[in-house]
Amino acid sequence: MSSLTHKDTPPADGYVTEDGRTIGGVMMEMKHITLRFGGVVAIQDISFDIREGEIRAIIGPNGAGKSSMLNVMSGFYVPSEGEVWFRGRKRPPMKPFQVAQQGLARTFQNIALFKGMSTLDNIMTGRVTLMKTGLLSQAIWWGKAQHEESEHREKVEEIIDFLEIQAIRKTPVGRLPYGLQKRVELGRALAAEPKLLLLDEPMAGMNVEEKEDMSRFILDVNDEFGTTIALIEHDMGVVMDLSDRVVVMDYGKKIGDGTPDEVRNNKAVIDAYLGVAHD
Amino acid sequence: MADQKAASDALVSIPALLARNVEEHGAKAAYREKEYGIWQSWTWEEAARQIEDLALGFLSLGINRGDFVAIIGRNRPYLYWAMVAAQSVGAVPVPLYQDANAEEMAYVLGHCGARFVVVDDQEQVDKVIEVQDQLHQFEHLVYLDPRGMRKYDHSHLHQYSHIQAIGRAAYDEFNPSLERRLGEITYDTTCVMLYTSGTTGKPKGVVLSNRNVIETSRSSAEFDHLTADEEVLAYLPMAWVGDFIFSVGQAYWTGFCVNCPESADTMMTDLREIGPTYYFAPPRFFETQLTSVMIRMEDAGRFKKWLFHHYMAIARKVGPAILDGKPVSAMDRVRYALGNLFVYGPLKNTLGLSRVRVGYTAGEAIGPEIFEFYRSLGINLKQLYGQTEATVFITQQPDGEVRADTVGIPSPGVEVEIRDNGEVYYRSPGVFEEYYKNPESTADTKDAEGWVATGDAGFFEEGSGHLRIIDRAKDVGKMADGRLFAPKYVENKLKFYPNILEAVVFGAGREMCTAFINIDLTAVGNWAERNNIAYASYQELAAHPEVYATVQKHVEEVNESVAQDEMLSGCQIHRFLILHKELDADDGELTRTRKVRRRIIEEKYADLITALYDGSKEIFTETEVTYEDGRKGSISATLEIRDVKVLPTSQRMAAQ
Repeated sequence: MSSLTHKDTPPADGYVTEDGRTIGGVMMEMKHITLRFGGVVAIQDISFDIREGEIRAIIGPNGAGKSSMLNVMSGFYVPSEGEVWFRGRKRPPMKPFQVAQQGLARTFQNIALFKGMSTLDNIMTGRVTLMKTGLLSQAIWWGKAQHEESEHREKVEEIIDFLEIQAIRKTPVGRLPYGLQKRVELGRALAAEPKLLLLDEPMAGMNVEEKEDMSRFILDVNDEFGTTIALIEHDMGVVMDLSDRVVVMDYGKKIGDGTPDEVRNNKAVIDAYLGVAHD
Repeated sequence: MADQKAASDALVSIPALLARNVEEHGAKAAYREKEYGIWQSWTWEEAARQIEDLALGFLSLGINRGDFVAIIGRNRPYLYWAMVAAQSVGAVPVPLYQDANAEEMAYVLGHCGARFVVVDDQEQVDKVIEVQDQLHQFEHLVYLDPRGMRKYDHSHLHQYSHIQAIGRAAYDEFNPSLERRLGEITYDTTCVMLYTSGTTGKPKGVVLSNRNVIETSRSSAEFDHLTADEEVLAYLPMAWVGDFIFSVGQAYWTGFCVNCPESADTMMTDLREIGPTYYFAPPRFFETQLTSVMIRMEDAGRFKKWLFHHYMAIARKVGPAILDGKPVSAMDRVRYALGNLFVYGPLKNTLGLSRVRVGYTAGEAIGPEIFEFYRSLGINLKQLYGQTEATVFITQQPDGEVRADTVGIPSPGVEVEIRDNGEVYYRSPGVFEEYYKNPESTADTKDAEGWVATGDAGFFEEGSGHLRIIDRAKDVGKMADGRLFAPKYVENKLKFYPNILEAVVFGAGREMCTAFINIDLTAVGNWAERNNIAYASYQELAAHPEVYATVQKHVEEVNESVAQDEMLSGCQIHRFLILHKELDADDGELTRTRKVRRRIIEEKYADLITALYDGSKEIFTETEVTYEDGRKGSISATLEIRDVKVLPTSQRMAAQ
């Protein structure tokens, strides 16, 4: 079952992708992760790594444990067994905000924005971990706090420009169509200036045009800011076009890992997707 | 103004006007652009410096006199500067429509043989790279927004700011050459080349000289008493002659400020923030705006609705008269002032038109009700008639003589005459030099004495001396029995209904008229929502029986109105259908300025036209559509065809 199609590269070395991007050494490494909820085994002994500058996808059929894996990566779940290594250090159990301070940001499968707040304010909340002035001075909004806010606003405006959402800057997020809400959520994640960006089904529920836009933005984020991206996605076409390497999960186990081409030709993967009876 | 007149001998080019503006209005804002949520602005001095840097940069890339510099992108100060920088080094700017697909772009770039292309962003860069193999003279591509461009091969690709930096660094080396080239510019030097959108055939490159542009800008600015304090919003395509005259010609002549919106989507917000004093918009824009106001009023509370309708009735009654300075009773003035306080003022503010002193619309006929609506609010909206070949102005309406059905009196310096076939001809200092590399078309359009055929049929109204345009001269035809056929006249009447976005009327050489209709998805969609009618797509809504019934009512009303006109009573519509897709410029059915391309539609939908005339009740059809990214697909539908009540026409007319 664990026949890895991916040829192992030493952790410190990088590789060059087909389209000429240079990928660095290992940024995050999942070592033998197992996650149980009582008697249910959501993830069973999975190991893989994410390298600096890479777009890494996790795919698999419904209930394969993809979102659980993302939650382990984001620090929301603590694995029952196994270790998460981030930037050369083993990560102890952490609070989500501590993980965020380490340079991780994520989006959610079911959009989790503040519906009554404007696009601008929502993205601004993404910068909360980067704000240095205290609650009191922010409340009085004088001196350093005022100066700091305009600096953050500048960053947020750059993101608004980047995602081409100027027209909805002041619109309450609840009034926006789904595709745009997804884009705002990406904006909020970007506002944290993450080193590693985790995207939970960024294309779910979108039409073709919206998917194309989103793919473009994901590639641009990776290219422009050098952000490493790990994403979960259902749409095979999108994943294969977008990512450098793909992990395939099925029933909580890893059944494939490698470049899109390697994965596409992997028998176990084909079986899982086409629903061949397991013997 | 007196010294301006005296100096006008030297003011023979846009760069010369720039130098004068730096002297006279140096510290005043020349350009603004909203970026990162803030209006960034440049004074005339700063703009001049930016232009100089770019011009020097062009020289360092080896630009020659007479080279063509294509400019593609949305309205941005940087791209306007690129035009002036090109002029400064003796090159000719050629702005292109930014939504043109790669194929159209290849034609224009190849036709003028552009050596330099200046573009906005990656999207445009990709299009140019896609077609560069077809272009023999193309050498350098300059882009503004570096996003996504890092991995491109930069041997012929340059970032705008880098070119400027190189130019600045090489100031000592290239400044003498820049000075020399600036000195060589004369009144006869080509100022700009603009490609006409072309309702028929390939686009033609209209060459406009400095004389054309500056004379026209001067006389039109004087006509409307434009000053250096005007604010305009530059949001219409840069490739269109109107934008060139308003945002470059008149702006440089008078020294007013050009404001560029943040993006196409934010235009309405930006309009409100800027509050232009001098404003141009095509009729379609006013229509859309009015439709959205009306839709929102439908959703408003009862009191607000009452307030709106009550005061709008007063406005319609006395508003235009007050605007024209005609006598109005004191009581009505008081009521209008109240209305202004409660309704018109806030509404104008919402529309971003509070400060408009001079507003123009042109390009198509505007619905009289739409026109009156804006006028009654106290917005000085006027009509003008023009074309690229005339450097815009042929006729325009003076203040106080504004009506919905005319296009005004000849602009200053323009002679207009109607030839025997009813076609409008004109001669003016704005008359274009030639169509580039197309002497045949030039000769067909412009005669030896400088008279230009507009291609439009029209007549001067007795009494007022105002020009009225009926239709395109070549579209005005005869029906099978010899009655006059003027499709646009009928189409315009149809399009005045908010529910109808587009109409195409057929009937030349036939015994009766028929029509294709496009519904307006915003207006009809809102109606559907309010009446709990579910629909998934344009196609589904268009085929809805109630929508058909509404449109049929509109068509019958139009027939009644057409029947009253003795000359054109033959143009009543006997049968119509609602098209299953919106007519689109990407499919070649409309021009980029959204004018109907009759020939192409006739060819493409030949099966539907046949069905309109053979008496069938419905027709199955399949149509190819082009998506924005150039891919093709097809949609199929079964369309219903309806017969419409027609009023009897007098056979007397037919006999003539």
